[in-house]
Amino acid sequence: MRAQRLGWAPYALLLPSLAFLAVFFAVPMVRAFGLAFRDAGGDWTLASWRTMVDDAGFREALRTTLILIVLIIPVQFVLAMAMALVVNARLKWSGLWLYVYAIPLGISELAAGIIWLAIFDRQGWLNSILEGIGILDRPFIFLNYQERGWLIFAIVLAEAWRATSIIMIILVAGLQGIPRDFFEAADVFGATTWQKVRRVILPMLRPSVQVALILRTILAFQAFAVVIALAGSGTTVLSAEAYRWYYTIRDSHVAAAYAALILLLSVACTVLFLVLLPTREEQMG
Amino acid sequence: MAEIRLEGITKVFDKKVRAVDDVDLTVADQEFMVLLGPSGCGKTTLMRMIAGLEYPEHGRVLIGGRDVTDLPPRKRRIAMVFQSYAVFPHLTVFENIAFGLRMQRTPKAEVTRRVEGAADLVQLTPYLGRYSAQLSGGQRQRVAVARAIVMNPAVLLMDEPLSNLDALLRLTFRAELKRLVAELKTTTIYVTHDQVEAMSLGDRVAVMREGKVVQVGTPMAVYDRPATQFVGSFIGSPPMNFLRGRTERENGYARVHLGAEALTIPALPARTDGEVLVGIRAENVVAEATPTPGAIAARTEVVEPLGSHLLVTAIVGDQRLKIQARTDFPAQPDTPLWLRPEPDKLRWYDPATGQEIAAG
Repeated sequence: MRAQRLGWAPYALLLPSLAFLAVFFAVPMVRAFGLAFRDAGGDWTLASWRTMVDDAGFREALRTTLILIVLIIPVQFVLAMAMALVVNARLKWSGLWLYVYAIPLGISELAAGIIWLAIFDRQGWLNSILEGIGILDRPFIFLNYQERGWLIFAIVLAEAWRATSIIMIILVAGLQGIPRDFFEAADVFGATTWQKVRRVILPMLRPSVQVALILRTILAFQAFAVVIALAGSGTTVLSAEAYRWYYTIRDSHVAAAYAALILLLSVACTVLFLVLLPTREEQMG
Repeated sequence: MAEIRLEGITKVFDKKVRAVDDVDLTVADQEFMVLLGPSGCGKTTLMRMIAGLEYPEHGRVLIGGRDVTDLPPRKRRIAMVFQSYAVFPHLTVFENIAFGLRMQRTPKAEVTRRVEGAADLVQLTPYLGRYSAQLSGGQRQRVAVARAIVMNPAVLLMDEPLSNLDALLRLTFRAELKRLVAELKTTTIYVTHDQVEAMSLGDRVAVMREGKVVQVGTPMAVYDRPATQFVGSFIGSPPMNFLRGRTERENGYARVHLGAEALTIPALPARTDGEVLVGIRAENVVAEATPTPGAIAARTEVVEPLGSHLLVTAIVGDQRLKIQARTDFPAQPDTPLWLRPEPDKLRWYDPATGQEIAAG
């Protein structure tokens, strides 16, 4: 009844954001799919997809992307959970840690990649320090483009440093929504810290964990600048391949196929998390 | 055996607020002790220090002779019923009750047996498979109680467990709780701001004010002989009457002047002389419609019929007091009446400190 009295006003107010979404997200997405499934003449075809899959870089890119996701997300979740618990512990200065932890969020992805490049580079800080204290007598080449393991390790480290705090912030917000009585009840009824985390905090934090997982996985599929900065052409990921096909090879159809693939994988993961972590209403007090 | 002994417990918040101030209190094994006081008196903080959810700045907490002051809650053999119940929303009633046993890795068969036993005691058996959101407030309260008693704790702590229930349920649960705790014989500490609850449940009541315990005693003793003016006005409905008076001794008799009226009484506490506060409960004053020896003249101001009796507000000189009169008493506003306090029910307080002047 209220809606009736409001008339068209709510829809008019929604219009700017709808227009924004349509122009900058919906239209490009539809066009990207159009590019991916059509040839230069405008006929429907899977040729771009075949080119993408047959390309030498494809398997490497897909594999590295998935390896990064599998490595980064658990590491980040464990770290973010620990950080969130520190912030939420309300010890002396624990509020300060929220801001300290959030500092990397203010640094752009590319800048973060360059910072870590400066650390791991042949003449970088890590080598200078190790040489300075006498552990190495000549620089160790961490970012050896023949050694994918070291490259991936460096990327995981840089990504964990850069983007763990976004998960932490979601978890802190979730933790603060849980009344303290529940934690105290767990204490009184004999839970150790680990039991408290596993039996009370994580289950009650499930909605936040779900949001953070979805957000972080989607962002991991889009990882780009850190990979370029640290690995150069040493390894590649899906988004880097999309970039290469668009700017270097100048085939926008294959680039669009990569973009569409990233989108489909993101949607698949989102659905997976929604199914694996259902939030049943009767369980959410 | 689980006697609780608190020795010189002090808790200071933000370096200046003394929430609990040098409290000594002993709760006997199997005793039901109620901590009673207005909000902010420190009763909940005191209980949380017994639970290990807060740590005192000074003093010691002993449970069953063991110093637990620095131990975390899980090492104290306590269980607690929270005011909000804190029933875990992601667990069924069964798993909520089983929570503490699971934390101790109790064998499965024993968990089932004990949970079913506890659920039976609080009539939750049909609801064991439900989640908290599917329960009423009263049922959640029972889950919280069952989760605590299933642990066979040395000490059972209850923080205003009835305050979130509606008035009728509260009355039912009060009696139920009393029966349950009497059966279990667990040493219990119960925090409340409701003096009726405190009176009806406690073996003894510790009345707190501004972080200090002002009086400890059986409900009847605390009601009958309040140690301070505060206790007298906090416990009882209506509160105890306090009248300013002046005492005088004469040929073995004593007299209290209340304004223009004077009351002759057989004896006064030894230390009473001059100004006093006279305390008397409403039910310890007999109302008379005609002048009677030993009664003082007063005027009726308000008459409140309460079914079982009349609550009469009377004025003596310039002071008000509330008295209970039988329902057939012919009370009318603005008419005179005569009041005869039962001499052995008169209590004497120092007007400066509010402390009782001990009988002599």
